[in-house]
Amino acid sequence: MSDRIMGGLGLLLALFFIWQATLIQESFISDPVGPKVFPIIIGVLVGISSLAIFFKPDDEPEWPEFSRLFEVGMTVAVMVAYAYALPLIGFVVSTAFAAGFLSWRLGTPPIKAVIAGVTIAVGIYVVFHLILGLSLARGPWGF
Amino acid sequence: MDTLNALAHGFSIALTFQNLGLALIGCFLGTIIGALPGLGPSNGVAILIPLAFSLGLDATPALILLTSVYYGAMYGGRISSILLNIPGDEPALMTTLDGYPMAKKGMAGEALALSGIASFVGAFFATWGLVFLAPQLVKVALLFGPAEYFALFALAFATLGGIASKNQAKAAIAAGLGLGIAMIGVDGQTGVPRFAFGEVHLYDGIDFLVAIVGLFALSEVFIFLEHRGTPKATGDAAAVKLGRLTPPLSMLKQTAPTMARSTVLGFIAGVLPGAGASLGSFIAYSVEKRLVDKDNTFGTGDPRGVAAPEAGNNAAAGGALVPMLALGVPGSGTTAVLLAMLLALNITPGPLLFTNNPDVVWGLIAALFIGNLMLLIMNIPMVSLFVRVLLVPPRYLMPAVAMISFVGIYGISGSTFDLMVMVFFGVLGWLLRKLEVPLVPVILGILLGNQMEANMRRAMTISDGDWSALFASPLSIGLWLFAFFGFIMPIVAGRFFRSKLPRTDSDADPD
Repeated sequence: MSDRIMGGLGLLLALFFIWQATLIQESFISDPVGPKVFPIIIGVLVGISSLAIFFKPDDEPEWPEFSRLFEVGMTVAVMVAYAYALPLIGFVVSTAFAAGFLSWRLGTPPIKAVIAGVTIAVGIYVVFHLILGLSLARGPWGF
Repeated sequence: MDTLNALAHGFSIALTFQNLGLALIGCFLGTIIGALPGLGPSNGVAILIPLAFSLGLDATPALILLTSVYYGAMYGGRISSILLNIPGDEPALMTTLDGYPMAKKGMAGEALALSGIASFVGAFFATWGLVFLAPQLVKVALLFGPAEYFALFALAFATLGGIASKNQAKAAIAAGLGLGIAMIGVDGQTGVPRFAFGEVHLYDGIDFLVAIVGLFALSEVFIFLEHRGTPKATGDAAAVKLGRLTPPLSMLKQTAPTMARSTVLGFIAGVLPGAGASLGSFIAYSVEKRLVDKDNTFGTGDPRGVAAPEAGNNAAAGGALVPMLALGVPGSGTTAVLLAMLLALNITPGPLLFTNNPDVVWGLIAALFIGNLMLLIMNIPMVSLFVRVLLVPPRYLMPAVAMISFVGIYGISGSTFDLMVMVFFGVLGWLLRKLEVPLVPVILGILLGNQMEANMRRAMTISDGDWSALFASPLSIGLWLFAFFGFIMPIVAGRFFRSKLPRTDSDADPD
């Protein structure tokens, strides 16, 4: 079933891609092919292979149970939040939080996870910023 | 003689204090990355590229660092294969077959040392092969026009996809996805924006480093999250006793012919576009089994069954650099990542690389020799140190990997938007791996898409819009035929091939 869904989505994506390709503005400088043709070729390729998958799907992959999927989703949310937080509260604080969260979700007990998060954040800060001179995000406190 | 002079010049570059230091660090890090279950050469190099880039290293030192990591990871892959029966990456899969039984018999130390020596032999001679073959291939490549290049790119997709996946349609989707992503941004020929949907950030296109780190490194984190609590996610090497760390002379004598044959086979497998290290170790092992396994000892801890895949996969790693450097077409997943490295440094691999940037090429090749020697010296006496790394549980390691990925990308662009794109690619990579869609063609599409289109349009401009120009020269017809059979063959031969491959969790891993 997963492959059928993927095939269907792939076909929709291919159609959308081809439709968008036809909307590309032609420029006054152009070559015999133009900017539309290659994307359309790609769209056709994706479309045909999506159809092949739709009609000849592989065995069902092992999807994790819902709770695990939810965790992956939560982790993605934390990562997105991390990206937003970096310039606001600085590298060390946001990284300690994100790394601690990840470590906790990977099975570390909460208190150890906090320690792991802080250690990872400070460790990366020392190695990459203080020793190697890489510029990391600065928050209101300068780190 | 020219070649040897150039190589000597390369050594004069690689032997500077800084470059030696970088090679040492790279070998060390690479071995650790390779040894950790789940992290292979592609992931390792993918995480380190943005870092090397944001640290502002010059092209040659950066390349030396990353190729040392690459070779190191090829060496390190065997450690978890032998001790834990968990291959660090797909090429190390075959090493589990006899390596783990040897370890169970109490010969872990010997197996590790022997595999280290076999890795050295494979990589050392493959690097010589690279020295002599790459310049020859460059001469052929100089005959290539835009039409031939277009066919060559098609060949790379056809074969890389064909071998990387069980399902050709999925390989084709992967390639199309990558090519489609490459189309985002301003068209190089005419300057019109494509697929940017008015989003200013997308006018520059998707940075392939962002995509690579997301697809390889972050997706690995999600996989670990999903497998929490299962054996895959909890490394446990505590119980292993190493035993003696030097193989007896008789064992070396017994395995020497095996190493020689496997090196040749592995090198050839590496040079063939798309085949790469996985095929190198697989072919080396199966040929050796057919040739010398008279008493059916393969699979029960036969030293030759350890030497063959290790020599084979390291020789293939060297061989895969031949088409990557000479043609700009990578022969494996990891070389695709190295290609990204070169492009990020504004160096375009291909025939002109050898004339325009001889320092880069020959410095790099010399560094391979040096790194290889370092790895041998490091790997025999220090193997117990690397083994200890296996004791770091993934629940501490994977967060660090994820954070370092963020640091690398943020260091290059300082842009929150790029981090979001990276997370998006992480999720995409995870989904694709679950659905057994190979990641390497996606990467290849993102890397080569614009060049592939540019060559097609250049060929059309020359022929004034006549499409038959793409199939006009004997060279391009040959390449198209190769591409066609490269795509079709695995469908026919694939079932036979795969039925002989042992199935493990790592089947969906890149490279």
